[in-house]
Amino acid sequence: MNTIEETKTIEAAAFRRIRIGYGIALLVTGMLIFLLFGLNTQAGLSSVFGMNLPSSQAIVIPDLVIPAQATVYALAIVIAFLGAFQMSRGIHSIGWLVGALAFAFVLAFLVWAAQGKSFNLVGMLQSSIVRATPIALAALCGVMSERSGVVNIGIEGIMLISAQAAVISASLASNLYVGLLVAILTGGLVAATHAYLVIRFKVDQIVSGVAINIFGVGMTSFISSRFLEKAFTNLNNSGTFPIIPIPILSKIPIIGPALFESNIVIYLMIVVVIVTHVILFYTPWGLRTRAVGEHPKAADTLGINVYLTRYINVIAGGMIAGLGGAYFTIGAVGRFDQAMTAGKGFIGLAAMIFGNWNPVGAFFSSLIFGFADSLQVKLQILSVPIPSAFLLMAPYIVTMIVLTGVIGKSTPPAADGVPYEK
Amino acid sequence: MSEKNQQQPAKKGWLRQAREAALVPALAVFTGLLIGAIVIVVSDADVIAAYGNFFSNPLHAIGLTFSTVATAYGALFIGSFGSFDRLVEGLGIYFSTGETRQLLRAIYPLTESLVSSTPYILTGLSVAIGFRAGLFNIGAEGQFFIGALCSAYVGYSISGLPAFIHLPLALLAGAAGGAVWGAIPGYLKARFGAHEVVNTIMMNWIAFRLSDWLLTGPMQASGFRPVTPNVAISAELPRFFSDPIRLNWGFILSLAIAGLVYWLLFKTTIGFELRSVGNNPDGAKYAGMSITRNIVLVMTLAGALAGLAGTVQVLGVDRWVGQGFSAGYGFDSIALALLGKSHPLGVVLAALLFGFLRSGAARMQSMADIPIDIISVIQGLVIIFVAAPAIIRRIYRLKEKAADEESTVLTRGWGR
Amino acid sequence: MTTVLELRGITKRFPGVLANDHVDISLNEREILALLGENGAGKTTLMNILYGLYQPDEGQILVRGEEVAINSPSDAIARGIGMVHQHFMLVPVMTVTENVMLGIEPTKNGIFLDKGQVAKRIREISEQYGLEVDPDAYIKDLPVGTQQRVEIIKVLYRNADILILDEPTAVLTPQEVEGLFQILRALIDSGKSIIFITHKLKEVLAMADRITVLRGGAVAGSAIPSEVTPRQLASLMVGREVSLTVEKEKPQPGEVVLQVNHLYVKDEREHVVVNGITFDVRGGEVLGVAGVQGNGQTELVYALTGLLPVESGDVLLNGESLAHATPRQILERGVAHVPEDRQKHGLVLPFPIYDNMMLCTYYQPPFSRGVVLQEKAIMDSATELTAQFDVRTPSIKVAVSTLSGGNQQKVIVAREFSRPIKLLIASQPTRGLDVGSIEYIHSRIIEKRDDGVAVLLVSSELDEILALSDRIAVMYKGQIVDVLDADAVNKEYLGLLMAGMKPSEAASKAKPGEQTVERVF
Repeated sequence: MNTIEETKTIEAAAFRRIRIGYGIALLVTGMLIFLLFGLNTQAGLSSVFGMNLPSSQAIVIPDLVIPAQATVYALAIVIAFLGAFQMSRGIHSIGWLVGALAFAFVLAFLVWAAQGKSFNLVGMLQSSIVRATPIALAALCGVMSERSGVVNIGIEGIMLISAQAAVISASLASNLYVGLLVAILTGGLVAATHAYLVIRFKVDQIVSGVAINIFGVGMTSFISSRFLEKAFTNLNNSGTFPIIPIPILSKIPIIGPALFESNIVIYLMIVVVIVTHVILFYTPWGLRTRAVGEHPKAADTLGINVYLTRYINVIAGGMIAGLGGAYFTIGAVGRFDQAMTAGKGFIGLAAMIFGNWNPVGAFFSSLIFGFADSLQVKLQILSVPIPSAFLLMAPYIVTMIVLTGVIGKSTPPAADGVPYEK
Repeated sequence: MSEKNQQQPAKKGWLRQAREAALVPALAVFTGLLIGAIVIVVSDADVIAAYGNFFSNPLHAIGLTFSTVATAYGALFIGSFGSFDRLVEGLGIYFSTGETRQLLRAIYPLTESLVSSTPYILTGLSVAIGFRAGLFNIGAEGQFFIGALCSAYVGYSISGLPAFIHLPLALLAGAAGGAVWGAIPGYLKARFGAHEVVNTIMMNWIAFRLSDWLLTGPMQASGFRPVTPNVAISAELPRFFSDPIRLNWGFILSLAIAGLVYWLLFKTTIGFELRSVGNNPDGAKYAGMSITRNIVLVMTLAGALAGLAGTVQVLGVDRWVGQGFSAGYGFDSIALALLGKSHPLGVVLAALLFGFLRSGAARMQSMADIPIDIISVIQGLVIIFVAAPAIIRRIYRLKEKAADEESTVLTRGWGR
Repeated sequence: MTTVLELRGITKRFPGVLANDHVDISLNEREILALLGENGAGKTTLMNILYGLYQPDEGQILVRGEEVAINSPSDAIARGIGMVHQHFMLVPVMTVTENVMLGIEPTKNGIFLDKGQVAKRIREISEQYGLEVDPDAYIKDLPVGTQQRVEIIKVLYRNADILILDEPTAVLTPQEVEGLFQILRALIDSGKSIIFITHKLKEVLAMADRITVLRGGAVAGSAIPSEVTPRQLASLMVGREVSLTVEKEKPQPGEVVLQVNHLYVKDEREHVVVNGITFDVRGGEVLGVAGVQGNGQTELVYALTGLLPVESGDVLLNGESLAHATPRQILERGVAHVPEDRQKHGLVLPFPIYDNMMLCTYYQPPFSRGVVLQEKAIMDSATELTAQFDVRTPSIKVAVSTLSGGNQQKVIVAREFSRPIKLLIASQPTRGLDVGSIEYIHSRIIEKRDDGVAVLLVSSELDEILALSDRIAVMYKGQIVDVLDADAVNKEYLGLLMAGMKPSEAASKAKPGEQTVERVF
């Protein structure tokens, strides 16, 4: 028996599984698009996709009007054709396959939902970004912390405490920027506590995170019901950051109103995404951070201070989460409500995993979560006959599917969650 | 020097062992309460004002500090145990006239505390059994909710069955619902290595969204409130006393289940396997145990326990399920399991403590105007102190222990 | 001759252990000093102190005559001390360049990493010392021999002139060891000084300029290679006379017990690591599997014991197929497994001894009835086995984590050998143990062979294979290249096979002779 050929056969079998598996998935999706949306679309109706926002500065472009049924049928055929192609020839990139599959399905869904009605696509994009902001900031907090090997599931608590700190300090100082600064520092402080517990006392990292969440919910609710909801309502009224359109960029159609007519928190989020990405992958500090997260002992033997590296990254992550907390109060509604983060910190963790512990990846995953969130609001307005609860579940289910690794693996840093002992 | 590691832990009496095991948790609770008292004091405007005049009237400031704490914790105590005077009075009336109303009133706070402990015992066991097998079940909250919904459904949708069939059926339905909710992340962990922490959290959110839909749609009772109909009387867990007192057989059931879990964990081959998998999955696999089966099994059991917790709450106490029904049980149960060192007896004691705190805090809120959320603050602190015994040991200048006896690392990152 | 490094009175205590006891060592310029000692003699602790990973409780370190405080690896690096660790300190998901630059990264504009500059320097070092390596390769794709070169480059990149190498030959073939020695000679010629840690007598005699022997944390003596015999060194290491060979009778091979046909196994990363293996083991004989670590031996054992799935091919035990059996079915058929990593696979460390003694048989009578554990039977059996297998412990209730490595291994041996077995698979059975335990375990293995059990011995210690085996199979890249009769084996031929040479070429290259077999600690 020729062993090299045998090896090749075994390797080829893995690829064959991808080819056939995704081929079938694509064919089934094509069929589903046809059955679910195609058959339920009336002939002759058009779907109108709004491409402008009222009151935006962008150059006005015409709205997109497409024949609903024809488009859905076309999408079904394209996807089925792609499936057949995949079965016979095979595309290696799982990312592209999943992307094409999801894109076609969502587009067909939108066309179906908007048939005979008007649906503002730019508004949708804008609200996706707004809703993605706290998720992305939570995810970036996770990325910074976990790249250095410290799991932080206390992000929810950190955001909650910073949100409250932001609104109180902004109200006291009558200055939103003071609130922003205080939120960032508060986030760093709470994260520093987490770091201290897990590094100095080697407390289980998940336990410490859980404790911070419980403490965060309790403390903020306590302060809320003892002060903010009673004698000191004036401390819970800060106002919000104004929208600052960026000159020129805001004039670009679609992208302009969606991205460049936002408030400072959203701009800062974009900046933080880029900066953390550059730091992690192109600077000495990032190289050291990743080494500490992968193989702390190796870093230690080269004179890198593992503990200090972890402290700094966890605290930096906490400051990012603090910014995320500020978004909830002074960035969005101008006051603090009990438990107002509503699980965004946990969804941020899912976005971090989905984004494979990579800042840019985490940002785009957050956008997907933000999109699902705003989609369900839009669909309620369109009175689509699907309970919004199911759309709201979608991101969680997608996260669980991602974690199984069937659509591309995400690999955590090797030493993630492991306390370092000299 | 080299003889030092030859110490003999095996010869200690069980009493001493128990005392040593309980020392750090007890001090952790004490410290948590102490810090809670500080939070109460510094958030009290009168006390702060008194300290503003500290130098002119120091006694007033100090006195006010103590009286504030005493009022708050006094209310907490009476709220959870009841007042002794009332008990004496109630007993007097009972013996002189045979009238029980006063007596029942006197024991009402105590029984309410036991009522609030009941779901804690079961959710605490749910997390503890997971810890024993090396799994972190953050999903008790969702499992609790799903269990409650399933048992409520069986409870209200079926009528005409005798209680001895209907009640066990409703209990089983609740346990089964929770078991499914736990088994899904268990299976994903065993089959794909997907981390149970994230998946159980996701399952929580799915449970909340699902319940939003169920309670406003298919399972909604007539009327506008998003709640289920009341369960049939034949599905109710019988109560021990007449009406205001809600203490029911659910409490006894949860104690019995704690005993069963103890037996399962420490006296059977099933428990031996679970603990082996938890302590060293590679070793367990080497020894011929099935990791997959044990992970699914333990998550199913954990889910069933949490589901049963929701069930006894519905069938014994509330009789219907509404939104926010499971608020906080999931995270509290983690604190319980840690505080009880994942031992069933410890969990029961910790659950009683939390039940008394929660039930007393309601009175503290109404009498002393201290928001009930102070209990969450105390819980968060207690978790940290229990998980970092070194802090407690330092505060109280206790002797350091050998490192291997106190490993608090329960999970290994997101480990795939 | 100048002394570049001197350690004076170094003492280090760990809880319950005196790891170094007033150790004095000096290193001269352009010299290879061998630090010899058996496992647990304190060699690695001493070097970790020198490298700043531990702080000594007492004693001084002098570099070029000047007393220095080395509080961290950076201090050591700043003093020109570099260390190649036994377990490589490389980040697998990073490139060679990234690993080399880690900690002293040159930058462009003071912000961005300058990888080009480092890659250029790596190429220069490679050329100068003959350390061939591709700067852009990822560590996880490199064979261990190359990874070791990266480690040496890391040290040289930091301009170290004192190199510490901790057990550098453990993962190499005899030929690769020869290559390493040449590199070390080149380093000496360019003015470096080297401390070489090992427990292998022959390496020391082959390449050291001077030898210092450590025993029980203290210096037991020093010697010049030309003036000592292996036997003298061995007794210096162990502190008593040791026999350098294992006493055993001629084997009495019986029926074929284990038959492996065209076995293919994939590892966890889906690479084919056992690549079509066929061999058999008879009752009453020891088949030794020789080979450099990482050539598929581990996965072969895992597949035979059910810990990894068999991709294709068959495994027969007395004619019955075990290829798709679970670990439990396999051990119930009479297969005992002494695992390579005793703490990972063989034991549940926090459990007491009595639980570990029944780890594989807890579900069988008398240890359980139904699902209920029978505590008395468990205790009685554990007490008996502890005495019978000479496990030194204060009580059977203590956690096995508190036992020494030798006693932990004895717990595993007691558990596995006390079952009725037909096949014994022993993987690295004496790794990291002291001489007494090694002798004990070797004699027990031979005892099992003489009882008619088929023994499959896997070891990366060539001398252990030579001492115990009746036949020797050589593994290279997932294949068995040849099976030899242990009586007539030529060691150089064996080494060439382990290095990947085809049997025909190896036979023509190997010099005749050199058949003496020595035990190595």
